[in-house]
Amino acid sequence: MHIPDGFISAPVSAGAALPALGSLVAALARASRTLKERLVPFAGLTAAFIFVLQMLNFPVAAGTSGHLIGGALAAILLGPWMGIVAVSVVVIVQALLFADGGITALGLNVLNMAVITVGVAWPVFRLLSRLLPQRSAGVLIASMVAAWASVPASAIGFAIEYWIGGQGGVDPGLVFSAMVGVHALIGIGEGLITAAAIGAVLAVRPDLVAGAEGLGISADDTTTPSRVALGSFVAAGVAVAVALVVFVAPFANPNPDGLERVAENTGFLDTAQDHPIGGPLADYGVAGIDNPWIGTAVAGLIGTGITFAAGMLLVGIVRRFRQREQVPASR
Amino acid sequence: MSGTHLHVLHVHGHSPVHRLAPEVKVVAMLAFVVGVVATPREALWAFAIHAFFLVAVISFAELPFGFVFRRMMIEVPFVAFAVALPFLGGGPRIEVAGVLVSLEGLWGAWNILAKGTLGVGASVVLVATTEIPEILRGLDRLRVPRLLTSVAGFMIRYIEVLASELRRTRTAMASRGHDARWLWQVGPLAASAGALFVRSYERGERVYQAMLSRGYDGTMPQLDERRARGTEWAAALGLPLTTWMVALLAIVGS
Amino acid sequence: MSTVSRAAAIRVEDLWFAYPDGTEVLRGVALALEPGERVALLGPNGAGKTTLVLHLNGILTPSRGRVVVGETTVDDAHLREVRRRVGLVFQDADDQLFMPTVWRDVAFGPANFGVEGEELEHRVAAALQAVGAAHLAQRPPHHLSGGEKRRVAIATVLAMEPEVIVLDEPTSSLDPAGRRELADVLSRLTQTVLLVTHDLPFALELCPRSLILNHGRVVADGATWELLADAELMAANRLELPFGLDPTRARPPA
Repeated sequence: MHIPDGFISAPVSAGAALPALGSLVAALARASRTLKERLVPFAGLTAAFIFVLQMLNFPVAAGTSGHLIGGALAAILLGPWMGIVAVSVVVIVQALLFADGGITALGLNVLNMAVITVGVAWPVFRLLSRLLPQRSAGVLIASMVAAWASVPASAIGFAIEYWIGGQGGVDPGLVFSAMVGVHALIGIGEGLITAAAIGAVLAVRPDLVAGAEGLGISADDTTTPSRVALGSFVAAGVAVAVALVVFVAPFANPNPDGLERVAENTGFLDTAQDHPIGGPLADYGVAGIDNPWIGTAVAGLIGTGITFAAGMLLVGIVRRFRQREQVPASR
Repeated sequence: MSGTHLHVLHVHGHSPVHRLAPEVKVVAMLAFVVGVVATPREALWAFAIHAFFLVAVISFAELPFGFVFRRMMIEVPFVAFAVALPFLGGGPRIEVAGVLVSLEGLWGAWNILAKGTLGVGASVVLVATTEIPEILRGLDRLRVPRLLTSVAGFMIRYIEVLASELRRTRTAMASRGHDARWLWQVGPLAASAGALFVRSYERGERVYQAMLSRGYDGTMPQLDERRARGTEWAAALGLPLTTWMVALLAIVGS
Repeated sequence: MSTVSRAAAIRVEDLWFAYPDGTEVLRGVALALEPGERVALLGPNGAGKTTLVLHLNGILTPSRGRVVVGETTVDDAHLREVRRRVGLVFQDADDQLFMPTVWRDVAFGPANFGVEGEELEHRVAAALQAVGAAHLAQRPPHHLSGGEKRRVAIATVLAMEPEVIVLDEPTSSLDPAGRRELADVLSRLTQTVLLVTHDLPFALELCPRSLILNHGRVVADGATWELLADAELMAANRLELPFGLDPTRARPPA
């Protein structure tokens, strides 16, 4: 999501600008040094591609949708440094020219959407593409998982920023589980689209995929992930989303320092019983379930489910409105 | 997401605001937004002054208010979030029109609405009065790294080309009844994205060949024209400086 | 063809090329253009026309044979010089126009070769003038019509003041009026011109001499009207005259 001005406190926005700017400067320096000049137009086209794909909402559930972030895609195609540059350009242009995302939130948005996504996706991709059989199918599965992981990671970034400097005093635990849960689902779309794009390029021009360098993949290697692999990827994504809600939601607490306490107590399960739990769902317990932890988890699931549904409804209405407003069907 | 038709962002005109050098306008816009965001949310009077200045610039630039208002609709998702805040927020609650809402949530909603709206407004004014290539040139003169502005230039150049290709693909899919509502229907979308990507990559290669053919050696040539005059800086920076003064007064006064 | 004069503007000698996947596209191409000559290169799809064009300024490197521009062999040591002297106009103008405005796009080539200041202004103005596009200088390329894009693409090459201009399918995707304007522009050029095209009436109108490329070799070289009038040769190379066109009417008076 593109954070607007005034959403996160000024000091935290300024604080986030430091690592964002630092990463961008480092990325620019590294990209310029290792630059095959060919990469400049490619990076521009990759950025344009990501920008355009962000207009293409993909379905999540019940007609609501998410859109691509593109960090993993850019990293795998261009390498991590140029990847950070390309996605940062997308974010900066959106803020400066399209008023999409705040000017003072640029640091936050570059951090969440360019630095964190590339920072998570690239190592995951490199690791998996070496562990898996080094064929086109292996690269695609690695891209899919790396792209998936980058999305909830970006949401975690947002949740932490909101926890430190967010407006409105919404319980950080609730923000965390709802945001990360929703994004674990959205990440499935990111993974599939990223893998499809990488697969399409690999099939014609494997030499253009920076991430596949050294894997010796040729254009006649047309192996693709099996249906079983795709199915388990989607199932795993959904499972993680549900698990996040079940395990994290119980710590949701109207007390704004709820997440802080979770962070202090490393043992998740132990703290569940003695944690002072209170909130809209009557102590986060559900009548008729004796085991307090299961009761809390079920209540958390229901509570987050409601928040989730309300949020998606809101997003759905807004998106429909914005699509009508800005993408004329024909010209 | 954002509109694909870049030229609808700009309002052709010859107002003093249109004529200012782009780098001056970019700096003034950034400084204005920083001043607004730094203003404590409790200082309602300060926001009234900020809003007054923004409206003054809009009328000085001879921009139709209807246009500015339509463009500002981009922030609707956050308005929606802001509206939800008083109900989701924690802390002490107060009664407004018979409904118990969170005081902290109410202030948060106000903060996002006020600062977000002023920020979006400033950005809309910048783009409405400055052609996008001019803005990029302004960034060049502000010493933004050349790699960044080059990538941005290519990106902007090809957004419309890609968007119209994407629109054709979508039309073809929709005309054959594809209307994805669930995640497991994402397949055709992913496939069309992949095909679009290969096309844009191949285009990237042809563009690169066209650049090489005209002597490109890895660095974009410096094509610079006039620089901003001191009077332009003074005229344009008056506004954000006032904003900062107001913000400072509000901080001291709170 | 074996008796090429030393003064040829551009000369191709026994050129062979295969793509990395092994497809052999050029198999011993040989041709020579006299200075100031306007020659059409005809041939069916897949004959290797675009591949040949990309060799003429060293974008692709042949596996055997060589290209000579004036007295200079196209090799790594002379790439920049050759690219200044041989201008390529690409098939898709959207690939050629990658800068944010027409002015900057036309300036890109000469600026890469160190032209700057007033000389640059002059070059750009003259090039735009030559194609009748002076009024488009500040427009972003994506706002231009197909015909305007094509003429501006030619201006980007003219601004480098090349000796040889190579155009790849310049009439594709032009409407009749745009095609007429293009013909007017090309007929005024004094440089050596190689016109790669499927558009036989266009070749007949503009180029006294034509080459036919097929299966990676030049299979015919002669007066355009004579080649077009040779029904057997035309059929063998998948070329077909438009209905009603009589090439013998373009025979020069004896």
